[in-house]
Amino acid sequence: MPQLLKIIPEKCTGCMQCELACAFVQVGAFQPSRSVIRVHVFDELAQYAPYTCFQCEEAWCMTACPVNAIAINPDTQAKVVLDNICVGCALCVIACPFGTIFLNPGTKKAFKCNLCDGDPACVRSCPTAAIEFAELDGKDWGVGPWAERINTNYAEALAGEER
Amino acid sequence: MYGWSGQVLRVDLSRGSIAKEPLRADWARDYVGGRGVGSKYLYEMMDPTIDPFAPDNPLIFATGPLTGTNASCGARYMVITKGPLTNCITTSNSGGHWGPELRFAGYDLVIVEGRATRPCYLWIYDDQVEIRDASRLWGKGVWATEDEVRTELGVPDAVVASIGPAGENLVRFAAIMNDKHRAAGRSGVGAVMGAKQLKAIAVRGTGAVSVADSRGFMEAMWAMKAKLKASPVTGQGLPTYGTAVLVNVINEHGMHPTRNWREGQFEGADALSGETITETRLVANKACFACTIACGRVTKLPEDAAAKFTVTMHPRNWRIAGEGPEYESGWALGSNCGISDLDGVLKANYLCNDLGMDPITMGGTVAAAMEMYEKGILSLKETGMPLEFGSAEALISMVERTAYRNGFGNELAEGSKRLCDKFGRPEFAMVSKGQEFPAYDPRGAQGMGLGYATSNRGGCHLKSYTISPEILGIPHKMDPTAVEGKAEITKLFQDVTSVVDASGLCIFPTFAIGLEDILPLLVTATGIPYTLESLLLAGERIWNLERIWNFRAGITGKDDALPKRLVAEPIPAGPMKGKVNRLAEMLPEYYRLRGWTADGRPTDEKLTELGLPALDAQAFRERRDRAMVRVEQEEGSTPQEIAEAIEKAFGAEGYVCRVAAAHDRARIDATSPDAASVTVTAERLADRHVGPSLVLPRSRLVVEVGAAERAACEKVVKLIEVALLRGGG
Repeated sequence: MPQLLKIIPEKCTGCMQCELACAFVQVGAFQPSRSVIRVHVFDELAQYAPYTCFQCEEAWCMTACPVNAIAINPDTQAKVVLDNICVGCALCVIACPFGTIFLNPGTKKAFKCNLCDGDPACVRSCPTAAIEFAELDGKDWGVGPWAERINTNYAEALAGEER
Repeated sequence: MYGWSGQVLRVDLSRGSIAKEPLRADWARDYVGGRGVGSKYLYEMMDPTIDPFAPDNPLIFATGPLTGTNASCGARYMVITKGPLTNCITTSNSGGHWGPELRFAGYDLVIVEGRATRPCYLWIYDDQVEIRDASRLWGKGVWATEDEVRTELGVPDAVVASIGPAGENLVRFAAIMNDKHRAAGRSGVGAVMGAKQLKAIAVRGTGAVSVADSRGFMEAMWAMKAKLKASPVTGQGLPTYGTAVLVNVINEHGMHPTRNWREGQFEGADALSGETITETRLVANKACFACTIACGRVTKLPEDAAAKFTVTMHPRNWRIAGEGPEYESGWALGSNCGISDLDGVLKANYLCNDLGMDPITMGGTVAAAMEMYEKGILSLKETGMPLEFGSAEALISMVERTAYRNGFGNELAEGSKRLCDKFGRPEFAMVSKGQEFPAYDPRGAQGMGLGYATSNRGGCHLKSYTISPEILGIPHKMDPTAVEGKAEITKLFQDVTSVVDASGLCIFPTFAIGLEDILPLLVTATGIPYTLESLLLAGERIWNLERIWNFRAGITGKDDALPKRLVAEPIPAGPMKGKVNRLAEMLPEYYRLRGWTADGRPTDEKLTELGLPALDAQAFRERRDRAMVRVEQEEGSTPQEIAEAIEKAFGAEGYVCRVAAAHDRARIDATSPDAASVTVTAERLADRHVGPSLVLPRSRLVVEVGAAERAACEKVVKLIEVALLRGGG
């Protein structure tokens, strides 16, 4: 079973070390705008949710790409962008339901999480172990318990509306 | 340029002009960054004697070379200006995400000058900078302002630093808030921003912060992270209980000031402790940018408390989570006012955050008023409501009134020194240089007293935290009641802290690491071969620069003092019973170690050693006369060449002339025939196209010279004018 990023938002303190590490392995400098992991801050709830490419089993970015520039790395099972094939049409960016694939404004190529070839920098840098590199089947997108809670909240909200 | 972004953003609100200039590399090297470089710019730019609310008082936001890197706690920026509370140079530090975002936008410093004619805010999006109208935001609290600015700009990732109603109403201890709950809190920097009619600075940066030696930097960073994790303070205490972990520790040592510093132990302290907050009110820990400690406490009022204390002028929804109380704010609004109702303290803390005020000074001022009320100096006639120790209702009402300067709040808004002076009882103001002390009674920790008295911005624990050795035993345990060795440790801590503040790091990692761990980070980030000695010297240089700035503002060795209560009234009970602070025994040794005279004046030898301008006018004059000769030889050059020649000859002082040379027209005035300073009025014609309401086509620049040098200085300006007439500009 492939190892994927398992994110535990409850442990996150919003320090952005993962964003800094991610940007650093890509551009060799501290530039969060180039990170492919992003921490979303829910300010008034004091909740922080790092999110990045879930390496979907049914990857829409791959389906959308007209030139087959997104391939699966046989070692890590990560979906990776092949720079020499990518034509920068941004169809993958539009297709991704999670907004986790980006277009580099400089090179006009798509870029996304490639699991750092099996040694993710975000996992190493997280001071509270809110990101784990764990064996997952990819179907629960690595956010199992959290997704469940969101669903509960959603159900409650619906119930509240009905009342 | 590595480490620094190398760019300074200069905004003149009077003229509505925005300019970018290169960061002075020599200043960056000698003063490291943040507090150091900011103080240097302030020193070169302004006349220290002017009113803090004058348009000529610049407001400087400065980051350090480690701000925005992944070095743990590299989140800090400094606000440097003349403080309205103290009339001293003030350097207020804040974390959150604003400083790093400024670095990503490509700037080390933002210098705000002048005064807008109507409320405005600044929007920095990488290299695009604009001044925008803020009439709609004026009067709103910090939290609403941040959300509305982001909505208006349509950039959800923008980070906002703003002032609340307190800053707008020139409350002398108003704070600049960012990320809603992080404050550049002390000395009233928010009021300076309010006086400039600047509501907020919103920043979004997409650029990079680069370091010179990536591998070396990462190695130093990992070593630092490991030490932070292993330390009991930064690895366990702060992450688990936040800064309020200290409440019980300090209270047990009998030095937790209670009821305006009359007692050293508070019977209700446990209700305000980090342990209680964590068990009953905590929602989550919150980290500043790149912080691996995460001491921030996100808390929530229980349902029943949300309606308990009435807030009349400032209604808002208290059900959302807020931040605090920290050790200091919990003490100031709690123990110091005799209040043990955690919900009351929490609500007062939220109010301070939203209204944009410093809770330490707020609590200290209310406590002084409460003591005067108890003693009958203040009556219901003045206060409008009973101000009794322990009344959370009174505290919350006063916090709100202060921010809006409503009723008795108008007196409180001046801070405890001015309040107590007004009612003829200065002994009740627990201040040094006009600024209220934080929560460590110096009668129980002698070194802290020396630190308070000699701090360049008045009563402050963040410039020399000798509680670390005296109580916590870091790096080694010292006897808190002894005076031996305290002058030495205070000087060392002041110098080291200056470097930490300049680097862009938070002060908390120094519980686990020393300057020797910060050194490799700075060397690999900037590529400059700093050594421990050169960094310590830089720290000393920063400290002395602030000191001579204060001297020129009229704050001298006489102001290195503590109130009578701390040096003459012993603590009445508890472990520290009978103790007073023995400042007079420590001060002479401290001055000697600093290389200052017996009355605390930096000597010219010391200043020369540090590469600082002499306080002595004679030496200053000689340098200037020498420079005049050089400049005369340059006659006939372009303004740029003249400016460079002046700068080369004058050194730092020439900077002012360089600014004058960049203007279209320059004129020189003396304020009086025997004035100590002369004024260069420079006029820039090029900015005329800016909308009429924001234009004030003159800026005043002050060159510090004696009356005797007037003629010489006039010559310089004439040269500039001549060159301009020749069409060079």
